[in-house]
Amino acid sequence: MTGKRRIKPIKLFDFANYTLLSVFAFITLYPFYYVIIYSISDPSEASKGLLFLPRGITASNYIQIMNLDGIFSAFFVSVARTVLGTILTVFSCSLFAYIVAKKELCFRSLIYRFTVITLYFNAGLIPWYLLMKRLHLNNNFLLYIIPSIINAYFVILIKTYIEQIPPSLEESARIDGAGYFRTFISIIFPMSLPIIATITVFSSVGQWNAWTDNFFLVSDQRLQTLQLKLYNYLRQVDFSSLSMTEISSGALAKRSSPESIKATLTVIVTLPIMMVYPYMQKYFIKGLFLGAIKG
Amino acid sequence: MIKPNGIEMHKKNRIMKDRLILLLMAIPFILLIFIFSYIPLFGWVYAFFDYKPGIPLARTPFVGLKFFNIAFFGISGFLNSLLNSFAISLLGLLCSPLPVVLAILLNEVKNTKFKKFVQTTTTLPYFISWVIVFSLFFNIFSINGALNNVLISLNVISTDNPTNILGNEGATWFFQTALSLWKSTGWNAIIYVASISGIDNELYDAANVDGAGRWEIIKNVTLPGIIPTFIVLLLLSISNIVNNGLEQYLVFYNPLVADRIEVLDYFVYRIGILGNDYALATAVGIAKTFLSLTLLLIVNVISKKTRGEYIV
Repeated sequence: MTGKRRIKPIKLFDFANYTLLSVFAFITLYPFYYVIIYSISDPSEASKGLLFLPRGITASNYIQIMNLDGIFSAFFVSVARTVLGTILTVFSCSLFAYIVAKKELCFRSLIYRFTVITLYFNAGLIPWYLLMKRLHLNNNFLLYIIPSIINAYFVILIKTYIEQIPPSLEESARIDGAGYFRTFISIIFPMSLPIIATITVFSSVGQWNAWTDNFFLVSDQRLQTLQLKLYNYLRQVDFSSLSMTEISSGALAKRSSPESIKATLTVIVTLPIMMVYPYMQKYFIKGLFLGAIKG
Repeated sequence: MIKPNGIEMHKKNRIMKDRLILLLMAIPFILLIFIFSYIPLFGWVYAFFDYKPGIPLARTPFVGLKFFNIAFFGISGFLNSLLNSFAISLLGLLCSPLPVVLAILLNEVKNTKFKKFVQTTTTLPYFISWVIVFSLFFNIFSINGALNNVLISLNVISTDNPTNILGNEGATWFFQTALSLWKSTGWNAIIYVASISGIDNELYDAANVDGAGRWEIIKNVTLPGIIPTFIVLLLLSISNIVNNGLEQYLVFYNPLVADRIEVLDYFVYRIGILGNDYALATAVGIAKTFLSLTLLLIVNVISKKTRGEYIV
């Protein structure tokens, strides 16, 4: 009896803990789950209300999405900025980190401080906006990939990693007559792959999710990203414009179709992240830890 | 004097050459940083001139601190958005122990699969854009969203009286705080999970030997182990009290909640980009930067006084 009594509170703790964490996970996942079941439900059925199960499963919403104006162009722009932007950022940040890690570099500490200090100030929205316009980056695809090339935080992470690589590896290549660039490509870059993977994940997720540059500075439809396309769709029916009379007069059902389209588009825009995320999680966490050690 | 021989001269030349090559390789990147991080600072001069788009700065009159005066005392929007920024940030600060709680709860889970599942799901929202967050929560909280459907079917509310949290002015501060928590609690917990794993195992062993219960171990070993990290992050978020960010408020903005959702960053956007008043918007932006730098310096000093070391 006494033994039982001692075990009891521990079990209660576990029960409460597992319940709490499950609730936490549920609150996180349910919004995603809801939008997915909405997207595969028949639009008129879905408008009557869903909770846990889809109603009248159909692929029609996904087929309709294919017919949306400019959807493929938006998808292409988003993929292009993600791929090109990430390649440029990862290559430049790692090369620059290598250069800054070299003790021989003239004005090394000055250049490093010049880079790091940018993490602590921000000129603000308007000066940035006016500069982009002056550089003619508005309505220009380069806006998506050029300003983000050098990220001070990435440079710090990669430099810290490169400094841990034994110098002997590099010296042997240098003695064989390889220049800095060749050494970087053939030795430093392959040796830094763990941190490069982390940066790649950070950069590509950032690029895929970016939309404010598009929103502020690109009105050209051909350069519209998937995120902004979704944003514009979401904004088409403003919740504030739905008056009480409209709702009671059955306008609800008529609007249901756009709701399904929005849900479906949301799933499509989120899907790439949801698919790569479980595999990439360890890289994110690694990046965060490295950052925490540094900062 | 010993004259350097040919080989040494050659070596010296080579080192000089190397140093120059490295510098040359660095120059394109230095230029990029200069252009995209430093040149915008020169844009601050707009705040001191009566700048109108289209007229060169050289021909616009210098007005000194006129726009700072207008910003602080001339228009009501600034003080209101300052209030909103403070309110939403303070609510966020009050909730800052939440990631600590999540990390401690996760640490108490023995089943690795369950632990991993919870950690993976709760971190996911950090990696989606605010546009997606808006879409997800619009589906749930809008007038014909999931919440109203449930409440109507349970007869809690009637069809002609649906809830509208997205358009409820009084709930805005709390709702926006809840959204930030939903998005970032899991991610913020990771850093505490890391600091818990950094706690010396001997402390746990000793506590077990002493017969300490689970609560006692959490209270006397785990918590003291993560409090230093908590304090650093808390101080840093205090310095960011006026930097709420723009994206969240941009996507959730609507006329019904305009007065309560307009944080400083949104205010700058509204008068600058929507209203084309670059000078006034830049002045507000500068004020915001100095406010947050001042806060950073203050918390830095507090940190030095109380903990013996600086944060930055």
